[in-house]
Amino acid sequence: MSDVGKAWTGRAPPLAGGRPLPVPRTAMLLWLLLAAAAGLWWVSSDTPGEILSYHEDIVFLGVQHIELVGWAGGLAILTGVPAGAILSRPTFRRTAELILQVFNLGTTIPTLAILALSMTVLGIGTVPSIFGLWAATLLPIVRNTYAGLRNVPTPLLEAARGMGMTPAQVFWRVELPNALFVIFGGIRTALSICVGTAPLAFLIGAGGLGELIFTGIALNELPMMLAGAIPTALLAILTDFLVGRLQVHLVPRGINPLR
Amino acid sequence: MIRLDRLTKVFDTPAGPVAAVDEVSFELPAGEICVLLGPSGCGKTTTMKMINRLIEPTGGKVFIDGRDTRALDPIQLRRSIGYVIQQIGLFPNKTVAENICVVPDLLGWDRRKSRARAAELLEMVAMEPAVFMGRYPKELSGGQQQRVGVIRALAADPPVMLMDEPFGAIDPINREVIQDEFLRMQGTLRKTVIFVSHDLDEAVKMADRIAIFRAGRLEQFATPDQLLASPATPFIETFLGTDRTLKRLRLVRISDVELGRPGIVRREDPVGRARELMQASGCPAVLVLDADGRPGGLVSSARAVVRAGTCGDHAEPIRATIPLTADLRSAVALMFAHDMPLLPCVDAEGRIQGALTYAAIVRSLSVRGTAA
Repeated sequence: MSDVGKAWTGRAPPLAGGRPLPVPRTAMLLWLLLAAAAGLWWVSSDTPGEILSYHEDIVFLGVQHIELVGWAGGLAILTGVPAGAILSRPTFRRTAELILQVFNLGTTIPTLAILALSMTVLGIGTVPSIFGLWAATLLPIVRNTYAGLRNVPTPLLEAARGMGMTPAQVFWRVELPNALFVIFGGIRTALSICVGTAPLAFLIGAGGLGELIFTGIALNELPMMLAGAIPTALLAILTDFLVGRLQVHLVPRGINPLR
Repeated sequence: MIRLDRLTKVFDTPAGPVAAVDEVSFELPAGEICVLLGPSGCGKTTTMKMINRLIEPTGGKVFIDGRDTRALDPIQLRRSIGYVIQQIGLFPNKTVAENICVVPDLLGWDRRKSRARAAELLEMVAMEPAVFMGRYPKELSGGQQQRVGVIRALAADPPVMLMDEPFGAIDPINREVIQDEFLRMQGTLRKTVIFVSHDLDEAVKMADRIAIFRAGRLEQFATPDQLLASPATPFIETFLGTDRTLKRLRLVRISDVELGRPGIVRREDPVGRARELMQASGCPAVLVLDADGRPGGLVSSARAVVRAGTCGDHAEPIRATIPLTADLRSAVALMFAHDMPLLPCVDAEGRIQGALTYAAIVRSLSVRGTAA
């Protein structure tokens, strides 16, 4: 009887399973797991106290870390999205895949090697680190922007042109909004990679949480290493979560599978 | 009014230049629907797209209301022409209201005016504005999407519309409904419509004129009735099929046919009287009036010939009548279904105005055929 009632409303009952968990819930799950592990460990050892004794370093280096990621990630978005957009234009139809292969090569080279290379050219410090991280972060953004724009269904473009939109209007009103979800996916992946790779920047003198991790390893100081590793992990999760929220809210409802 | 003057499009292919559209000329009066009809690759869509300059012609001219479209800015030109495509092409990132208002927004209409227009158009296709304005395309059924696609093209009230197989992607039942809906709207809107189709039945139903294409050339430009009655070439004859006469039936209204006037008898009259009246009227049956003076049955020639008795004894019930506004196709269907040699035709008040016989149908088709 209740089934019949449902059928009459003309709406499908909400899906119980088979649907991927929305991102906020995934993030929540990770948080819970992490909290549980931390709790267990907390009661079973005195390491937490030792880690917390580094809190001043954690804050200082954490801010440095965030700055590195902010610059590298920000620059990667600012350059990657336009680059992907330009590659998706008809002018580049033939060469785009070739150029993307070059970008791909960029990701095949280990980030450590990129940092080493950028050090040989730019010296040590923040600038070469940001450059190296930028290069490592760029590809997912370019590739997703390109793919997102190229996969906008052609009937949409035909309808837009046929109704009298200028090429710029077609891009801003039709192509970009409809590619936004995929572009955000790229940015999300890229920033997570960026946060996770940033500790390596310590090796060429840019500081960041890598300082605690690598020094901890070198000195065989487990708490010191963890004082760098745990905040790095939390930062990566937090970044993913925040970009995920942005993705939910900024991508129009009609093309947002998360809404 | 749309006039094509030796419109030509030549594409350069690896195998050399190919004329997709070859010197096509025709003139479509304002307020009429012209269906461009033909098999795939015959140049009908290319022809249509040259009208709003989505494809630039290689040669020839297009005039809309006497103005050469080459002199107009293509962007402005397209905004002044409604455009509907088969894949509908609703923008999934925009709500129904935003989709309908695309062209008004491009033209810089006041927002309140454009939204009111969207609501008005939604009501025209029986979609409740309060419910649908804020919905996204993915939240609509296929038929609803198609309706929105059509009214989106009407939003800025363009005098000319281009429709590229607009109802091709819908199931047959919904297609009929939406076709009828569009024809009803067209009855008041009187747009000049270029309509691309590969479906002959759709063309016959929708068109005031049909332009038949074959390999880039315009083979015939005629009204559906002329086309079906006298196809210009063997190709068209094949394309129209052997049942083209049946398709014509749909185009003829009962009121246009010279109806037979069957004799009228009373129930108590002898059968011989019915036989005499049949010979006199030329109708294969007579109507039998009941005591209250209303026709209650009919006596067919098959029954009347056999033996004596009263008309009442041999009367068969009248199983169907048809209004004068219906078309011959429905009439013939009823006559077949009920095996009636004579189908009474009634006016809006249900009064019998005459009767349709097979002979009258054949005569009306042949008269129209020679006239065309």
